Amino acid sequence: MTHQEKMKAYWRKNVKILLSLLVVWFCVSFGCGILLVDFFNQWHIGGFKLGFWFAQQGSIYVFVLLIFVYVWLLNRLDREFDVHE
Amino acid sequence: MDILVWTYILVGLSFALYIGIAIWTRAGSTKEFYVAGGGVSPLANGMATGADWMSAASFISMAGVISFAGYDGSVYLMGWTGGYVLLALLLAPYLRKFGKFTVPDFVGDRYYSNKARVVAVICAIFISFTYVAGQMRGVGIVFSRYLEVDINTGVVIGMCIVFFYAVLGGMKGITYTQVAQYCVLIFAFMVPAIFVSMQLTSNPIPQLGLGGTVSDGTFLLDKLDGVLTELGFNAYTTGQKPMIDMFAITLALMVGTAGLPHVIVRFFTVPRVKDARLSAGYALVFIAILYTTAPAVAAFGIYNAIDSVAEKPVNDLPEWVQNWQQTQLIQIDDKNGDGMVQYLAEAEKNELTIDKDIMVLANPEIAELPNWVVGLVAAGGMAAALSTAAGLLLVISTSVSRDLVKNFNPGISDKKELMIARAAAAVAVVVAGYFGVNPPGFVAQVVAFAFGLAAASFFPVIIMGIFSKRMNKEGAIAGMLTGLVFTLSYIIYFKFGTDLFGVPAAHLTAENWLFGISPEGIGSVGMLLNFIVGFVVSMVTPAPPVAVQEMVEDIRIPRGAGEAQSH
Repeated sequence: MTHQEKMKAYWRKNVKILLSLLVVWFCVSFGCGILLVDFFNQWHIGGFKLGFWFAQQGSIYVFVLLIFVYVWLLNRLDREFDVHE
Repeated sequence: MDILVWTYILVGLSFALYIGIAIWTRAGSTKEFYVAGGGVSPLANGMATGADWMSAASFISMAGVISFAGYDGSVYLMGWTGGYVLLALLLAPYLRKFGKFTVPDFVGDRYYSNKARVVAVICAIFISFTYVAGQMRGVGIVFSRYLEVDINTGVVIGMCIVFFYAVLGGMKGITYTQVAQYCVLIFAFMVPAIFVSMQLTSNPIPQLGLGGTVSDGTFLLDKLDGVLTELGFNAYTTGQKPMIDMFAITLALMVGTAGLPHVIVRFFTVPRVKDARLSAGYALVFIAILYTTAPAVAAFGIYNAIDSVAEKPVNDLPEWVQNWQQTQLIQIDDKNGDGMVQYLAEAEKNELTIDKDIMVLANPEIAELPNWVVGLVAAGGMAAALSTAAGLLLVISTSVSRDLVKNFNPGISDKKELMIARAAAAVAVVVAGYFGVNPPGFVAQVVAFAFGLAAASFFPVIIMGIFSKRMNKEGAIAGMLTGLVFTLSYIIYFKFGTDLFGVPAAHLTAENWLFGISPEGIGSVGMLLNFIVGFVVSMVTPAPPVAVQEMVEDIRIPRGAGEAQSH
């Protein structure tokens, strides 16, 4: 693989990671918290209706997790392609 | 000691701390002034970002807004945190690799055009000024409420403090004062919240208390739904806003957050690309602590307010209610003369008006906490307002000294540029103070729109600049202008149509909104238009020069960020 092909492959993998994480980002907030909120509200956790919990608590916890998962995956990818700092 | 003495002591101590830090960290070069020398640790930067981001509105007003909006208030919670995911994944690492000092720097270089740079500078200055005026007002209000001075005096004192550390310290001074301010504000927000949660639900963690049970064994949220529906209000946990509007507002706030120049610029201050990624994660942790507590404070607040005031004798209300009645934040008017307070959805029969700010401000008194906690909340509100104001002022001064003066006079010496940056910061503080003393009537409405504008202007061109090599200057300029003009016109038409163009107010109601999207959420449509127009125009115009395409390839690869800082 030439250097350029390698960088292309790196970028493709990076974009793939981004897109999969953004799918989760969309699902927990716009999905569970807004579009399907009534559907999720039929279940409860503790005193929360589930849809309401996603909108006011759950989505935020998942956002935090997503960024740390991203950091971990990208650090690994950087080393794999030898572009780390 | 009484509340006033404690407030003076705590606010005074916190100010002394900020000034001490400012003297200790003053900036000696433009690089220190613009990006704190580029050597801030990811953890410190995350904390500073949290303080920078959380304004007086987040600290004082957001919980109260949610108290009255219930589920509908979720747009702010998701919108103002979800943007950090976009920032971490799509912007921060690449802009850090790009390695210059401002957002207009990126737009100007990536789109090889000074026109694009100037459009970006105007957007940055406009967004920052609308935002900073609200902060200055916030400083004044906190001062007047707790220190019993006049609002204007409060604004002037706030100006002097910000002047001191923003002008002297630049980004370096601001960063380390923001770290201190974060600690003050989060402590001030959490202490009362924990105690109220314990009192109401016997659970010390407010996030869990919100889902817990009150003394009679029923769930707090169920009880609240029941009480509110009985009084004729809507249930707390279900919404009123149409789904499409919830969607559009949340999206506009998220994307706007990721496009705000004072937030983006914070990620230029860390040493490496991987630090920029990590730092966004820390920032969101620090922000999430407040943002997951706020909905709990909101529900506790409205529950306590109804519980201790509604259907109670007018002459025998708790002491905190009487205290806040004096400030007009709680107003009681016994319309039917039965000697009791009725709280009802029907405006003609309702006798109780509660200002949204009360939910945070009166918390320590509701929980019967010692007087020093009240002083702490005052210091916290001040920290939130000052830290955000300082971050915004820096964006304004940098835009002037770097994107305008330096860019058009490249020969200027570092020392002179630093002097201009300081002068610009000084002028910006004075202008912001002026708006704080004489707030234009539209400020409150406009702050929310800063997000719409950031979403419709910056976000798409930066994303396209990184993820598409084919995007050229024609596309970027056309896209930015379309997004901006569309969003601005829609907002002006619906918010100020009657005053400016004499449009009858009846035409400006929700039925006439485009697809049912409110002016608060229209930034998401503006953003889509920006993407589409930008894409189409760039397809029919020549591709960008090879050097620019190579630059895009370079910012996608982390290695080598250290060297990219100087140019």
